[in-house]
Amino acid sequence: MTSRLSWPDLVAGLVVLGFGLIGFWQASVIPVSPLYAQVGPKAIPYVVAAGLTALGIGLTISALRGGWSHENPEMAEAGPLNRRAMGLLLAGLLVNLVLIVPAGFSIAASAQFVLVAAAFGSRSMLRDLLIALPLTLLVWFLFVQGLGVNIGAGLLESFILRLMGQEPV
Amino acid sequence: MNAIDGLSLGFSHAFSLGNLGWALLGCFLGTAVGVLPGIGPALTIALLLPITYQVSATGAFILFCGVFYGAMYGGSTTSILLNTPGESGSIITALEGAKMARNGRAGPALATSAVGSFVAGVVGTLGIAFLGPVVVDFALVLGPAEYFSLMLLCFVTVSAVLGGSPLRGLTSLFFGLSLGLVGIDLQTGQPRMTFGLPELFDGVNVVLVAVALFAVAEALHMAWNHVDGKVQVLPVGRLWLSRTDLKRSFWPWIRGAGLGFPFGVMPAGGTEMPTMLSYYAEKKLVAPEYAHEFGTTGAIEGVAGPEAANNAAAAGILVPMLTLGLPTSATAAIMLSAFQSYGIQPGPLLFQTQADLVWTLIASLFIANVMLVVLNLPLVGLWVKILKIPTPQLYAGILVFATIGTYGISNSVTDLLLLYGIGIIGMFMRRFDFPVAPVIIGMILGPMAEQALRQAMTISEGDWTTFVTRPGSLIILILAALALFGPRLYALATRRRRTAATASVDS
Repeated sequence: MTSRLSWPDLVAGLVVLGFGLIGFWQASVIPVSPLYAQVGPKAIPYVVAAGLTALGIGLTISALRGGWSHENPEMAEAGPLNRRAMGLLLAGLLVNLVLIVPAGFSIAASAQFVLVAAAFGSRSMLRDLLIALPLTLLVWFLFVQGLGVNIGAGLLESFILRLMGQEPV
Repeated sequence: MNAIDGLSLGFSHAFSLGNLGWALLGCFLGTAVGVLPGIGPALTIALLLPITYQVSATGAFILFCGVFYGAMYGGSTTSILLNTPGESGSIITALEGAKMARNGRAGPALATSAVGSFVAGVVGTLGIAFLGPVVVDFALVLGPAEYFSLMLLCFVTVSAVLGGSPLRGLTSLFFGLSLGLVGIDLQTGQPRMTFGLPELFDGVNVVLVAVALFAVAEALHMAWNHVDGKVQVLPVGRLWLSRTDLKRSFWPWIRGAGLGFPFGVMPAGGTEMPTMLSYYAEKKLVAPEYAHEFGTTGAIEGVAGPEAANNAAAAGILVPMLTLGLPTSATAAIMLSAFQSYGIQPGPLLFQTQADLVWTLIASLFIANVMLVVLNLPLVGLWVKILKIPTPQLYAGILVFATIGTYGISNSVTDLLLLYGIGIIGMFMRRFDFPVAPVIIGMILGPMAEQALRQAMTISEGDWTTFVTRPGSLIILILAALALFGPRLYALATRRRRTAATASVDS
């Protein structure tokens, strides 16, 4: 067993510790209830924050003693960060976030589909787009008309609905 | 109502065309998501939750349970043909199953796991039917203090006992508990942990967290060190159990089912432990002439036993969920939130107030098992085709569902931001080996535990000792302490004994 500190694990431990401290801060700003209660609204948040802080300290100590992630085969054998894949995937999520309000679900999700597929090594963006558009439309109709989920019709959905002779909502 | 009356009532409802349809749809979807790497039953049920606004509770739960059982069946197909276990319970199946497939025996491996799943599913469902009412009788005498202690026990077992490390398991649990606290406090109306954002006053949606942890985090994790390349699906060959295969599989099925069910029932839920125990048991008990197949060409006993254990444990998880309202797996936690969206509180009263629902559900589980054997044996070719969906389009598609499932909650971009934020946290959790199931369980069970705590304190008029002076509560708390510190103390004791032994040898 090595006893050298593990930097990644140390960061993980400190992040958990940070979450605990944020928990304390948020628990302290809960307004005191005017209603009488045996256990007020602040008690459990303090307990949870204390627990998270203690666990963060525990993880930090464990990281200083050499950490744990080198024992995990999945992480020990993992290759380096694939910047291209990660970048494309995050770009896909971002595009979806930006487009979903102005353009609607199908267009935003199709753009995301193409970028995510490219992240995982797909080479034909055009083919992916041709898969994505019908798929996202199908999913939209499935959720909106099948499951009754309320998702406003975007540009593409309105167009299809008009083709079907329905008035988009 | 006893089990026999209950089952006859249940079957009389379950055979309606509508309920059979929900069961078939659930089994089909469940097998598909079980087969597909990267999605599991918890995510699927979370995405299907909007159905609770449209469909009767009975139909919805038959669907959910079909998905739950189906995913267990489908998971084994992936482990055997791809050697990539879809969920933790299939890891052991992949061990021997993939070796059999590589040696041209994929057919018998698939057949023994499907039939084993069936045997275990039937044993497990019988277990639910007969054990359920017994647990209910016991649970009816529990007050809020005992309930709170029971939930603490549940927290300890799902986070500290299972998995690699109590420290990391508990961290996941506490992360989930923090998420569960977000929103307006029901008892006093005060906003908590909302950072002053009105968007968070309704709390963090469990669907969002499940989708973030099981879909977004998974995709990000896969992208981290993605290497382009095609997956190799091994050929199935002839789907048949020879007489010898059958003989070799029979006792492992029975033993696996017997081993798995109690593990599922105990709030020590999870399927890793029983599958592992079953594997070691079969390795020990195997006839000497086949012993050499373990770890080399693949032994059928090593597939039959663990696969049965996996399915029986999955059935067992439904016992605490239905009788006590205690979820011990991520999937059960999400089903619990479905009950809540119907305004039904699972717990001992469920068997009385919702007897129709409960028994129809249990009867449907038997029907689902029959459907699943049919879906998984003759139709295995269909699932093999699904396995051939290339990774890029698969993950792209999963994220399409993730987006609509989350955006549909309230058409808010804030939800999507939260989805991606928690997804990124989830990616790091995968990376640093923090389990994700305790997050979901903590998030659902945390608010229930707080409510039980407050009720208990109101009854005891603010006396904290109520948890240790009530015998039932005290016993459960001692069990929880044992589960948390027992393994540590045991390890410490054996180490001390060993050092003492070496010391005496030295002298």
